[in-house]
Amino acid sequence: MPELPNTFKGAAHVYERAHINTDEIIPARHLNVHEEAELAKYAMEDIDTGFIKRVKTGDFIIAGENFGCGSSREHAVWALRGAGIRVVVATSYARIFFRNAINNGFLAIECPEAIEMVKTGDEVEIDIQAGKLRNLTTGKEAGFVPLSDFARELIEDGGLLPHIQKKAAKA
Amino acid sequence: MGMTITEKILAAHSGRESIVPGEIVNAKLDLIVCHDVTTPPAVAMLRKLGINKVFDPTKILVTPDHFVPNKDIKSAKLSKHLREWREEQGIERYYEIGNHGICHAIAPEQGHVLPGMTIVCGDSHTTTMGALGTFASGVGSTDLAAALATGELWFKVPESMLFELNGHLPVGVYSKDIILYIISKIGVDGARYKAMEYRGTALKDLTMEARFTITNMAIEAGGKSGIMPVDEISENYVKERTSDSYTIFNSDDDATYSDRFTIDVDQLEPIVALPSLPSNGRFIGEIERVKMDQVYIGSCTNGRIEDLRIAAQIMKGHKVAKGTRTIVVPATTEVWKTAMREGLLEIFADAGCVVSTATCGACLGGFMGVLGAEETCLSTTNRNFTGRMGDPRSKVYLASPATAAATAITGTITDPRDFLKAQAAKA
Repeated sequence: MPELPNTFKGAAHVYERAHINTDEIIPARHLNVHEEAELAKYAMEDIDTGFIKRVKTGDFIIAGENFGCGSSREHAVWALRGAGIRVVVATSYARIFFRNAINNGFLAIECPEAIEMVKTGDEVEIDIQAGKLRNLTTGKEAGFVPLSDFARELIEDGGLLPHIQKKAAKA
Repeated sequence: MGMTITEKILAAHSGRESIVPGEIVNAKLDLIVCHDVTTPPAVAMLRKLGINKVFDPTKILVTPDHFVPNKDIKSAKLSKHLREWREEQGIERYYEIGNHGICHAIAPEQGHVLPGMTIVCGDSHTTTMGALGTFASGVGSTDLAAALATGELWFKVPESMLFELNGHLPVGVYSKDIILYIISKIGVDGARYKAMEYRGTALKDLTMEARFTITNMAIEAGGKSGIMPVDEISENYVKERTSDSYTIFNSDDDATYSDRFTIDVDQLEPIVALPSLPSNGRFIGEIERVKMDQVYIGSCTNGRIEDLRIAAQIMKGHKVAKGTRTIVVPATTEVWKTAMREGLLEIFADAGCVVSTATCGACLGGFMGVLGAEETCLSTTNRNFTGRMGDPRSKVYLASPATAAATAITGTITDPRDFLKAQAAKA
């Protein structure tokens, strides 16, 4: 597993609304499959039909409070990752979505200032070590609480299952 | 320092004397529940890693429920994977079509849920099973895969919120109204990361069926779990179903709660949660009598036998309104059979309802009542997010089975007490 870089850079897709739920991120009518590439075609379908046409690999989603609430479907993480999203920055997360994200080695950062200082299309950069979010388009900056050691370890190992295997191999 | 029931269960399962909220523990699991949508990807992950055996087939329960009987070719593939996997793993606790049910309803109904257990399932409504004094929480497929492989899982010990429910529910007001009321007060993230613990004199009037409705919707307030103390009602429910032994945990008097709420249930009225959040609950007297294209009675929230009895009592001798398609979906095969024996299915059929086999069905927009654009549905299910039951332009209203039955008859949102009062006057 390659070491996790400290910085990530991408274009932002901003959804200011609170409580964007997993039914909106990937509607249940598409849960009859679980292949990432297939799910990706429908990512954010019920909230923004244009998303999938605009999104590029490495992009960020910037969102409001309680992102990913509702159904426990991990398909929500897979759909976003499949669509090219590398990082989600939200004011806060619903717990199962956050858990699913780090279990997949997918970056979910909590930064309440982000929705105030980033507009869709802005270039943003995060430094997960320093806990800094920079809007490269406007020059504005905000701090965030870095990932807990536990979450960082899971993400660095590539997710929960590789993490468990690594621990088992050491034991 | 005292501990809550949730802290005690998690401590006992992670080999600890005591634990405090915020700690991360690795807890042993007593029951893992598997269904057709989130289990096949978990199995695929395990296969990819070369893990071909579950940790203990006797601690796993499998039932297809979301898209069965198979709604299309792709979901048939999921069910087939689930079926073949459980056979290969020798999992005995399996409920095939004809014997199946929605996982959160069938697991306790068939005696697999015992007080003091730790339970996970790849489904957010796993919290339902906490009504029997268990720690039950919903997880995604990766967690499910880890649980199936190792029999344990990491948990951040949640803070607990205490909800004291006192008094007696008025006629026409049910446990669904209690939980919709609570969510309307604290919001869809009001219990985020927390255990929602209930106690109080009002529980004495609530059957297990009614209690499951309350813990079922913990996730709609963002809760990690919902939990109730074990009492005579829950012990009788368990003992009627199994002779397996169990451990009862109780919160200490000096346990710490992040929040405390007292609710006098005498003051409640029927509640309807307006589109498109479960927290949009309003007393029925305060809202417009919106016309409904569909009424849906079922799901892990309100598809148990008591729910069907309540709906049938109101619907008996009536017809559903023209233009209001009414769909009744018993939560399990056993509920369906009991409803048949008690004559409830006949009441529904005579009223002009469709009665389905057990399935999650249209609750999540799968099938058996998916909504079209601009259509309205009053539903006894658990969430009314945009597009939840079909087209993103459709609108879902959440309410109790009684409110659903009354609404089906008139075709517009209707207070069930109108019908209950008329029935009482006749009697």
